[in-house]
Amino acid sequence: MDLATRRVTRSTVGKKAVMAVTGVAMVLFLLLHMLGNLKIFVGAEDFDHYAHWLRTIGMPVLPETWFLWIQRVGLLVAVIAHIWSATSLALRARAARPVKYAHRRPVKGSYAARTMRWGGVIIVLFVVYHILDLTTGHLNPVGDRAHPHANVVADFAPERWYVTLFYVLAVVALAFHLRHGVFSALRTLGQHTQSGERRARFFALAVAVVIAAGFLSVPIAVTTGVIQ
Amino acid sequence: MNLTLRIWRQTGPADKGRMVKYRVEDVSPDMSFLEMLDMLNERLTLDGDEPVAFDHDCREGICGMCSLMINGAAHGPERATTTCQLHMRHFADGDTIDIEPWRARAFPVVKDLVVDRTAFDKIIQAGGYISAATGTAPDAHAAPVPKADADAAFEAATCIGCGACVAACPNGSGMLFTAAKVTHLGLLPQGQPERRERVLNMVEAHDDAGFGGCTNTGECTAVCPKGIPLTAIGQLNRDFLKASTTSAR
Ligand code: FES
Repeated sequence: MDLATRRVTRSTVGKKAVMAVTGVAMVLFLLLHMLGNLKIFVGAEDFDHYAHWLRTIGMPVLPETWFLWIQRVGLLVAVIAHIWSATSLALRARAARPVKYAHRRPVKGSYAARTMRWGGVIIVLFVVYHILDLTTGHLNPVGDRAHPHANVVADFAPERWYVTLFYVLAVVALAFHLRHGVFSALRTLGQHTQSGERRARFFALAVAVVIAAGFLSVPIAVTTGVIQ
Repeated sequence: MNLTLRIWRQTGPADKGRMVKYRVEDVSPDMSFLEMLDMLNERLTLDGDEPVAFDHDCREGICGMCSLMINGAAHGPERATTTCQLHMRHFADGDTIDIEPWRARAFPVVKDLVVDRTAFDKIIQAGGYISAATGTAPDAHAAPVPKADADAAFEAATCIGCGACVAACPNGSGMLFTAAKVTHLGLLPQGQPERRERVLNMVEAHDDAGFGGCTNTGECTAVCPKGIPLTAIGQLNRDFLKASTTSAR
């Protein structure tokens, strides 16, 4: 890295920019992931077919599953850069106030803004579980990689309510994270007008609600028997 | 009205410091917060005790010297009000009021409620100036400035550098202050020659001073006695990204 680049990534504003850009990339992935999930409402066969199609994207230019792996590596890089910048800013924030206030008025900022850091930790834990459950199948009661529909239905069966509950909580945490995160990313990337701020806050809320609703619809539909 | 004060007392930078309780009686609701402290100090002096050290100068809300964390809020409970402009009528008889100094690594306590805000001067030295000779006030139409830019620049220019933004920020960040200066100078034609270097250097000075990073939470704007908007930070981010992705001339 040349000196100028290092100067930027070392600075607090540069780190925020890294967080914003990687965050935007992950939100785009989430939107596509969510739309894909909704295929389950079309039917078991369509859903399985869609899941298999994912492995063939880019063929024949790319060999089978290559696209998927390129995308996974890209996401992993984004996740690591996102967590790196967040951690480094969090440590910096802690060091910036060595003596705490004896009396501190509750922070006015939204609940979402205050819980970004712990929300992020919950989301990471969930993603690890989620990959072991529905990607590799290790923690799934069926774990049949050829038939993802069966895995999903088994996963959110009513007697496994605790799995559904964990999933719901994680998605809610994600929604809060996005509500502040999307606004914050836009601001970090240069949103600077008063009317734009209102639009940015509304947009962030809309993204959070849409993503949460989309992701929650599947487990709820399975638990309530709408999807069998 | 009669009040109980709990005030941070610290004899010097090396002292650990502690909250100390005082009673003040017959406070007039028309007194300013600082006049109430003056009253306490008069009594402490008469009693042969050490008066409470606190910063103040103009006492009319323009110099930015006064700096008290009152009941956990920078400059107290009133919006867009400096401590010196805060009146005792906003408190009730019998209240207990906690008074602490700004808390930040970059603002070390000098004594009691006085903190050293040299870090802000360092940020200004890094870029809070223009090099163009401006002479005497020019004709208003000599250098045209779009109305929206003039308004935003003026709004940012009202920053008095008190440090309340840092005191309130959950990250101990001085970004609102830095952003106010970058916005104020960067939106006007006289500020253009240094615009690119200004934002890079001021952010670097800000970080070097040990302030935290901004998370767009907005605590700063909520307590700012001049109501500097959070959008100023968006302007700083914009200038910063532009400056870091273009090379110096
Ligand atoms: S004493 Fe000057 S602003 Fe309060």
